[in-house]
Amino acid sequence: MTLWLNIILQGVLIGGLYAMFAAGLSLIFGVMRLVNIAHGDLIVLAAYVALMVTTGLGLDPLTSLVLVVPAMALIGYALQRGLLNRTLGDDLLPPLLVTFGLSIIIQNGLLELFTADSRKLQAGTLEVLTFQALPGVWVGALPLIQFAVAVVVIAGLQILFYKTALGRAFRATSDDQAVAQLMGLDTRHVFAMAMSLSLAVVAIAGVFLAVRANFDPSIGPARLIFGFEAVIIGGLGSLWGTLIGGVILGVSQAIGAQIDPGWQLLAGHIAFLVILALRPQGFFPKVSH
Amino acid sequence: MSTVQHATRSSHIGIAIIAIGFVVLTAAPAWGDRNTLRLLAELFTYLALASLWNLLAGYAGLVSVGQQAFVGFGGYLLFALAMLAGVHPIAAIFIAGPVAALLAVPVAALIFRLRGAYFAIGTWVVAEVFRLLASQISALGGGSGISLPAAVVIAMAPTRQIREFEIYWLALGLAVMVLAAIVVLLRSRHGLALTALRDNELAAQSNGIDVGRIKLIVYVLVAAGTAMVGALIFLMKLRISPDTAFSVNDWTAFVIFIVVVGGIGRVEGPVIGTVIFFVMRQTLADLGSLYLLIMGAVAIVVMLAAPKGLWGLLADRFGWQALPLQRRLVLEPKEKRL
Repeated sequence: MTLWLNIILQGVLIGGLYAMFAAGLSLIFGVMRLVNIAHGDLIVLAAYVALMVTTGLGLDPLTSLVLVVPAMALIGYALQRGLLNRTLGDDLLPPLLVTFGLSIIIQNGLLELFTADSRKLQAGTLEVLTFQALPGVWVGALPLIQFAVAVVVIAGLQILFYKTALGRAFRATSDDQAVAQLMGLDTRHVFAMAMSLSLAVVAIAGVFLAVRANFDPSIGPARLIFGFEAVIIGGLGSLWGTLIGGVILGVSQAIGAQIDPGWQLLAGHIAFLVILALRPQGFFPKVSH
Repeated sequence: MSTVQHATRSSHIGIAIIAIGFVVLTAAPAWGDRNTLRLLAELFTYLALASLWNLLAGYAGLVSVGQQAFVGFGGYLLFALAMLAGVHPIAAIFIAGPVAALLAVPVAALIFRLRGAYFAIGTWVVAEVFRLLASQISALGGGSGISLPAAVVIAMAPTRQIREFEIYWLALGLAVMVLAAIVVLLRSRHGLALTALRDNELAAQSNGIDVGRIKLIVYVLVAAGTAMVGALIFLMKLRISPDTAFSVNDWTAFVIFIVVVGGIGRVEGPVIGTVIFFVMRQTLADLGSLYLLIMGAVAIVVMLAAPKGLWGLLADRFGWQALPLQRRLVLEPKEKRL
């Protein structure tokens, strides 16, 4: 019994990380209907930026966020203004193919700079710190922090979306770009702010990913797929939905891994496909897809 | 009576060039060495994959980044049939088509629930599921893969040279078959519907085209063709593993590059694109990951500066078409006066 309780708890906590992968993806899809194929590779890029900051300045990984988050946000703004805004329009192909090209560029750029060696961020004693939540049920401090951060990030995005001027601009542009423009919004800037925010979340996700496990330039696409699955399970356009989606994915993978290590990823994908078959709109849908 | 005219002067020239090219390429075993034949055979498989992806994404608007699912499926099916059921490898290639079509129906039922770009990632998930399942099949080598037993290879042909010729002609034949099927499809009623769909999905639908049905048909046909090409590719490689069979780089990224650079939504595009891709690969491959980086950048620049690709530029500028695919209404003089 405690074995399964432990497994499910680990799954829930890793779900927080998946929710952060998903929130950034969901955010830009909500505002500009852009699906960023390079999203996973940007998460890995953030991990490498954190690696440079931690080794260069001797900061610990969580403190490095102070630099990694603004750096990624800046990259996001520039990327949107310089490249991705040109691809937006009625045709779905250009943004899809340009972000696909971007994914290849980031992967091979990282390979060129950092080689294919596995890396990891060291968080010292925090990594091994655990405590007993229930008799026989152990929780690691780091997974718990990661989950708490995910909840805070999603709550923060929710408040930003529904309580601030920037959020109003996001929602207006999402509803009708032409009218938003007529009302005096510079949609190019609004889109760039959305991408910048998305990559700020990506930065946090990338750092936690890099502390939790080994990473190398090739692991981005799998992170994109996890984030995507969490978005669809949770329901398109819903921020809290991404948390539910991430948790369902995390728990499925944890259960699959317990049955057979080869089934970890497969169990997650199968859970996604079953939900797609039975409840294609996800659990908390906001927009039809 | 008014009639519909397909051919133009450029398409007559195009047909003539294609006919000459076909004769020269069929005779390649007489003039080319082994490496040339091998390179050409690989080129034909990429031409077929790119033409199929172009039909799927360029015409039917189904942008898939998961066609490696069917390439790998075809490859694994060939290995399974040849090794476990004793089927002749060449027969296995032709079995792979219908089996993949059957498999594509339930896959489509699932992923057609996703729209646009999310459809793209959905196809990728399916390919990942196939890859993970393939690595669970221990009879086919599990995660590390397996080589085609020498006995199966030797049984194909009496000598190595004849086997290489066979494979070359198979690759050429399959590419010609795929291209011919696409041309026939595009000249049919369904082709008119597909061209309408390519130009504007909403307008096509409001003119009475059953968009959902035609997309399903195209998806299933493309899956069948892709699996046959996949089976041939791994018969050429003689070795299969989950990572090579379901590689997103080899079977999707390169294919998209070919179609985007050559010209999406035109039959001629993938032909030009394949030639450009192979020229780039032969000259830049030594650069390693830098070469892939350059390809990604070239694709982005083309997508932004010339979204219809190289052939699109030529066709718009000179009104060229290499194959008689356009439809022009020719009115009789009497009707013209009306």
